[in-house]
Amino acid sequence: MPESTPFTSRRGLFFGTAAVGAGVMLSGCTSNKSDDEPASNDQPAAADTPGKAVTIGFAGPQADHGWLNAINDNAKSRAKKYSDVTLEITEGSNDTAAQIGQIETLINKKVDVLVILPADGKALTQVGLKAMRAGIPVVNLDRIFNTPQAYRCWIGGDNYGMGLNAGHYIGEQLKDVDDAKVIELAGLDNLELTKQRTQGFDDALKNYPNIKKVARQAAEFTVESGQAKMAQLLQAQSDFDALWNHDDDQGVGALRAIEQAGRDDFLMVGGAGALSAFQAIKQDNGVLKATVLYPPTMAASAIDLARALGQAKGVSGLAEFEIPSSLTLYSAVVDKTNIDQYMPTGFK
Amino acid sequence: MTQPVSPPRSSTDKIPSTAQPPAWRGVLARADVRTLSLLGVLAALIVVGGITKPDEFLDTRNLQLVLTQGSVIGVVTVGMTFVIMSGGIDLSVGAIVALASVWATTVATQEYGFAGILFTAVLVGVGCGLVNGLLIAYGGMVPFIATLAMLASARGLALQITDGATQVVTIDSVLDLGERDAYILGIPPLVLVFAVVTIIGWLILNRTTFGRRTVAVGGNAEAARLAGIDVRRQRLYLYLLSGLCCGIAAFLLIILSGSGQNTNGNLYELDAIAAAIIGGTLLSGGRGTIVGSVLGVLIFTTITNIFALNNLQSDVQQIAKGAIIVAAVLVQRRTASTT
Repeated sequence: MPESTPFTSRRGLFFGTAAVGAGVMLSGCTSNKSDDEPASNDQPAAADTPGKAVTIGFAGPQADHGWLNAINDNAKSRAKKYSDVTLEITEGSNDTAAQIGQIETLINKKVDVLVILPADGKALTQVGLKAMRAGIPVVNLDRIFNTPQAYRCWIGGDNYGMGLNAGHYIGEQLKDVDDAKVIELAGLDNLELTKQRTQGFDDALKNYPNIKKVARQAAEFTVESGQAKMAQLLQAQSDFDALWNHDDDQGVGALRAIEQAGRDDFLMVGGAGALSAFQAIKQDNGVLKATVLYPPTMAASAIDLARALGQAKGVSGLAEFEIPSSLTLYSAVVDKTNIDQYMPTGFK
Repeated sequence: MTQPVSPPRSSTDKIPSTAQPPAWRGVLARADVRTLSLLGVLAALIVVGGITKPDEFLDTRNLQLVLTQGSVIGVVTVGMTFVIMSGGIDLSVGAIVALASVWATTVATQEYGFAGILFTAVLVGVGCGLVNGLLIAYGGMVPFIATLAMLASARGLALQITDGATQVVTIDSVLDLGERDAYILGIPPLVLVFAVVTIIGWLILNRTTFGRRTVAVGGNAEAARLAGIDVRRQRLYLYLLSGLCCGIAAFLLIILSGSGQNTNGNLYELDAIAAAIIGGTLLSGGRGTIVGSVLGVLIFTTITNIFALNNLQSDVQQIAKGAIIVAAVLVQRRTASTT
């Protein structure tokens, strides 16, 4: 039989050794050192004085991109600030069944309050209800459950407001330009949030009759898709005045495409608030002039709210004895004028 | 082997009766009707693009754009074509591209500069291909399962390395290759690599015993074994080859996007398989051409380009893409059966 294993010859031995050696070399190349703590506004929602001990269970999706990673970091470092808070954090999962299992474990452990960022809000509604019925108040973070019965308090970002504020910023910048042209690089079109962002953007632009949106393409929140779609947009539109890109992660790719096309004749506004975007805005030597936030610091606030719930307190600065049932965060525009304030909140 | 294995098409198709209709038809048939019908589809697309957006579409910059955007998935597809022709499948290509691209762009790797990035990308690709090949050829695993497992673990490892962050490349010599006016021999570097990989792939498939063995293994593995081909070793080499292509593609993607991210190469496996199938490669193995696969890639990239230039949205794009896949395959069937 001619079937001999390929690793018996001297040549095989040589290549084998070379492969192992290369593998050893390679394994040294995986390090990405980073030890920065995320920053947020240090003012807590409830009174800062230590109170009743509270155990907070935290369940989120798999942190497969920078923003979600920042969510986890914000929650952890905020919980660490309080001597009276113990954080029970689960392994992030994008699998609905797995996340339900993790939350049920937290319910069985009888944590005092739950903070849940569901991988899919609608699919996890039932387990939210279950926790509430078991007497554990739920703080629903960002991706909203189907019914208000499934949470005590919802806190999250404002996708419509993101588009609205981006549109208004661009509108003000182009106020004096006749027949101004604007293009939009959207995120994943399968998601409702992308539609909301676009709707907000379009509504804001209606206030500026001199501006017309001439093109829109949807990327996929990834660098690769951002580069590909932006390159096509630039080829399609030889002349325009402003661009709104929904997401700073895909913006890394979009900026690469803009650089490759040698274009600098327009102003660009980003979205979300990544560190790389903040740095580019601060340097102020490219097209990126501003970004509208979708702040990951909401996870820190969620911990504040959970602590307040556990200690039966309200939000300091507000008249009510209870925390609100819903909190929509403002999508601030960060540009050259206020960049230093926001720089520490940028995520990688 | 003393006798070359019979050419791919005749092993599965009906043997045409000799001395039939006009001579030119025979010539066309030899040039492979499938390839010609693909060229027809591509030509039709170019007409559509030229009519709807004459200024933007019929532009050398746009030609460069289409070829450059197609080069990454194109290189992956060449490797995939070999694997499918041998009767296998490689579902891990996208994940391998992702892993190679993040491994090659970590802070530690970037310290070694251009060579370090290239070396790491290629080696990670080959390493993953080696694992696939060993599991399939010597571990007796079904290719679908083995490469599915690789898909999961490579994506996981990529995520572990990046922690979800985007790793920006700061090495100028790498970035410069992706700039607007970077040319090697008058061709954008990415397109040049794509062309070279295509030509080498074509030569290997059509002019070497390695290529003939691949076809033989895909046509009938048992017959190939009885004919004295080391089927297992051949399979190992094929997955290595696919891994190598993924490594090269990862390097191209790093140049193109100036970064490494664990979401890179999303659904490449489906794009590469679709391009190969459109190009006339038989999913069950034994038949296929490199030219067909590359045309398949170009058709897809051209469609994307025309849609983007006409500002059509993703929903329409996806519907039309599906329709065009079906249409292209049906047209090929037709032309193939009438000759």
